This record gives sequence, C-alpha cells and structure tokens, in this order.
Amino acid sequence: MMEKILLKTEAADIEAYIKAGGYQALRKALAMKSEDVTAEVKKSNLRGRGGAGFPTGLKWSFIPKANTKPRYLVCNADESEPGTFKDRELILKNPHLLIEGLAIASYAIGAKQCYIYIRGEFAKETGLLSDCVNEASKRGYLGNNILSSGFDLNIAVHRGAGAYICGEETALLESIEGKRGLPRLKPPFPAVVGLFGCPTVINNVETLASVPAIIEKGGDWYSKLGAGKSAGTKLFSVSGPVKKPGVYEIELGMPFKKFLEDYAGGMLEGSKLKAVIPGGSSVPVLTAAEALKMNLDYESVQQAGSMLGSGGIIILDDKACMVETLLVLAKFYHHESCGQCTPCREGGGWIEKLLRKLEAGKGKEGDIALIYSIAENMLARTLCPLGDALAMPVMSFITKFRPEFEAHAAGNGCGKREAGSGKSTQ
Amino acid sequence: MSYKISEKTRAKIDELRKIYPQKEAVLIPALHEMQKEAGWVSEDAIDALSACLGLPYARVKGVVTFYTMFNRAPVGKYHLQVCRNISCHSMGAPRILSHLKEKLRIAEGETTEDGLFTLSTVECLGSCGTAPVIAVNEKYHENMSVEKTDMLLRELGLQQ
Repeated sequence: MMEKILLKTEAADIEAYIKAGGYQALRKALAMKSEDVTAEVKKSNLRGRGGAGFPTGLKWSFIPKANTKPRYLVCNADESEPGTFKDRELILKNPHLLIEGLAIASYAIGAKQCYIYIRGEFAKETGLLSDCVNEASKRGYLGNNILSSGFDLNIAVHRGAGAYICGEETALLESIEGKRGLPRLKPPFPAVVGLFGCPTVINNVETLASVPAIIEKGGDWYSKLGAGKSAGTKLFSVSGPVKKPGVYEIELGMPFKKFLEDYAGGMLEGSKLKAVIPGGSSVPVLTAAEALKMNLDYESVQQAGSMLGSGGIIILDDKACMVETLLVLAKFYHHESCGQCTPCREGGGWIEKLLRKLEAGKGKEGDIALIYSIAENMLARTLCPLGDALAMPVMSFITKFRPEFEAHAAGNGCGKREAGSGKSTQ
Repeated sequence: MSYKISEKTRAKIDELRKIYPQKEAVLIPALHEMQKEAGWVSEDAIDALSACLGLPYARVKGVVTFYTMFNRAPVGKYHLQVCRNISCHSMGAPRILSHLKEKLRIAEGETTEDGLFTLSTVECLGSCGTAPVIAVNEKYHENMSVEKTDMLLRELGLQQ
C-alpha cells in the first residue's frame, strides 16, 4: 500500500488539523533533546525536496554548536522552477503540517526566528500562511514558551517580488535582507554565515512538511518507505498533455510508466508521449523510451540520464517542436540570470538568439554545434546552478533530438506549425 | 510632484521593522505596500522610501529594478499576466496571448486607452497543472482557453 504523509489529511483549518492528530509531533519533539530530533531526521534519510536532494539531518547538523549568534530557519517557498507546483498545493491543502515542521526544525537547530520566503505571485497562499501562523500562535504552538517547554519561536511570512533566482538559497537570503537576489560565493555556507550573518538552515516546504511524521513514527519507519537511498514519499507535479495533470504523493521508486498511467491518467487522446523532463525544467530531457524504463527515485532517474530534482514532471507529446520548446526555456533562463557570472549572463543570451534564428528557419548548420559549445562552456562555470540549469536542457535536447535541430538548420522547420504548438498563431 | 508615503504605509513599515533585526530587510515588504496603494513604484516613490529608511536612492532603485513584480509605470485596472513558460506554452498560451492582443488591440507591455487593461507575459506562475494560466492582478485564472479568455474579458468590462 502506498503510504501518504504530506497529503494524507487535507486540513487548512487548525481545528481539523488538531483533531487529525496535528501538533502531537511537536509536543513529542519538545520533550526530546534537540540533538535527538536531528538524529531522528538523519536516521530517516530524508533528502531535500527542493531539487538538490541533500540529506536534511546532515544539513541541520552543520550549524556550529559553539556559535553564540542567533540562528535562523528559513523555509524556501519560492517555488518557481517551471513544471513544479507541489509546494503551492501543499501550502493550500495542509498549511499546518508545514508550520508544525517549521517549529520542530527550529527547535532542532535552536532557532527562535523563522522566515518563510514565499514567491510574490502566491498572494492567496501568503495570506493563508499568515493566518495559519496567527492561529497556531493563538493556540500556543508558536510564540513564547511553546506548550510550556520554554522554547520560543516566531514565524514571519516574507513575500518575494518576482525573481526565479531567489529560489537559490543564498540569493534568497540576500532577498530577505532587502537586496537584489544575487547568489553568494560559497564557502562560507549558510550554516555558518547565513541570514544577517548568522548560522542559518534553509529547507524547502516539502522537506519541512515531511518532518512531523518522522518525529511521530520514527526515522527508521520513514527510512523503510520508498526505495533504498531514496527514502520516504515525495510529491510529484505532472503537467502537459496528460488526462489528469496535478500533484500526487507517492513513495519514491514507483515506475514512471505506472505513475503516468495510474496517476496522471495517461496521455490525452491523440497525443503520443515524446519526451519527459522529470525534475523541473532545468534537468536533462529524456526520450519516451528512456523515461518509460526508469523509476521515480533519485538513483533510477540519474541512471536514466537525468535528475529527480523537484519532481516537476513535464510531459511533451509528438506535437511539441523541440527547437521551439528549448527556445522557451532559453528565453526564461536568459531572463532570470542575475548577471553576476559572464558564462550565464552572456551564454544565455547567445543561446536564445541562435535558437530564435534556428526556429525561424534562418539558422545555419554550424549553429547547432555553436549552441552546444556555448552550453558546454557554461556548465559548472558559474557561482550558482542557474548556468547549469540552461546548459543541461540545451545539451540534452540537442543530443537526443538532433534531427529536429538539423531540419530547422536546413530551413525545413519541423512541420508542426499547424499542430497546436501555438506556432500557427504567432 | 513629490511622493508622500501614507500614514497607513508608514505604520506598516514600523510594524515590519519589528520582524527583522536590520532595517534594510523591510525594503521589499515596504515596496509591496507602496505598490498596493499607488499601483506602481515611481521615481518619486523610490526617493520617498530611501528617505524614510535612510538608504541611498541607488540602493532602493537597484532592488526595484531587480524584481519583476514592481511596476515601473502605471498599469491598467486589470493587469493581465499570461504565463509563457513550458507547460502553459505547450497547452496553448501562445494562442491565448495572440487572441488577447487582437481583442485588446495592444501589444505586450501596453495598456488600453481606457486604462482598463495592461497586457504582459510572465514566467512560470507555479501552476503548471492547470495550464494555461493568466493572472489578473493577484488572482490566478486556470485551465484557460480562448473561449474562457473571452468570458473573462467580458466579466472585466471589455466593451466589444
């Protein structure tokens, strides 16, 4: 049976959440030593659900014990990776699970102040979270001397203002500090020098919402869910031409084929699966054949040649023109580059320009090799992963769908102008 | 014409200052408050906020120009923001965008003469499962089609 943790109860209302057993894990955590809470999360093998998959307990343990400065927990709710919309769903359906997770994590790392950085476009979600924080405070789950434990915690909801890069954790910290969202050079890592120069842990919404169940039922229990090193359950967002796009919670390790058929409802009538971007738009694209062989866990997706990332599964069908699709992504990453690193700032612009030419049938054969080489020179040569986030799609799109790029270079286009990809009206 | 930060916004800024250990951190929340009132962030508004927070003008302007949600020119009563990213694109956003341009007789980034509509494209709104999406001011309209777009325009008062 598939275990559900994150979307088990859908209780935006605090009374309903408490009735369903909510805030009991916080009570349990507050009776434990803070290092034991971290140890339990380590034992669970929970990995960061924002995209990087870094072990959560380990991240918490990087906070230097001897440092006497204030400590901060920051919740990354800046969900902006194209194809990813799970955190929004989680916030709307189960906001108190997140707040309980925040409280437990704050206790574990010794933070008395927590900031939820939520993307500016999520106005409704910002209001909902602020209301929920107030309700939880009123009932003594936040604020001073929580549940008579002596532990104090305040949570502030901080709204972004439209910048994809602020999902990168150090850019996010800059943004809370009221600056342009420019990623920082690491080290020092945020655990040592983070928000306002203090030790800081930054975790994704889904990661933090996974914590209460780990405390309630134990790290061992959680580590046995899922598949091997990919422990636990994960939210997958699926979008594109499928019958039931949406957010689904599954145990890691499910075959993608089963997920596509049983959860996403299969392809729309008249659509044939062509390609899959399995972890948000910045990971390498997979052909249908590659995708249908993989399982949805970190190791299997990597083996297939891509990354699980945020679990934002973007489905592309036979009507999609790969040159046009890549152009959409290139335009995005070029626009969102913060401009600090030359390879990303300039490379993104060059790639967009060349793809635009290619897509319009004005490209030359050498352009494909040039685009590829620019991407190769962006890869791993920037402060943050935004350069890679364009380089990886570019290299994989060209490698796996080269004939389409060649047809465009030869001026033959792709014959998809009438096929509903939007070209017929542009 | 100089810009005066309203009493209400000043009170909000004072409230916000309690949440952060450094005054600079209230910059973005304060800009949100000011835009909520005026609809956009003018040069004068930047001047006023830098004086209010004791920060250099360039420091505030740098932030305003970095974040796309701060409007640097007045926008119409309804700011139509069409998502142009991958899932919305593949589910028909380009058709909706060209339909909107035709109906409103404006290009991207423009406002209709009556000041009712501004048309923009935006990057992923984080609602790909209900693509294509149009945000009108702060509200999402999901699973859009050309027909639903027409209905929406009528509801918002577009004169045919």
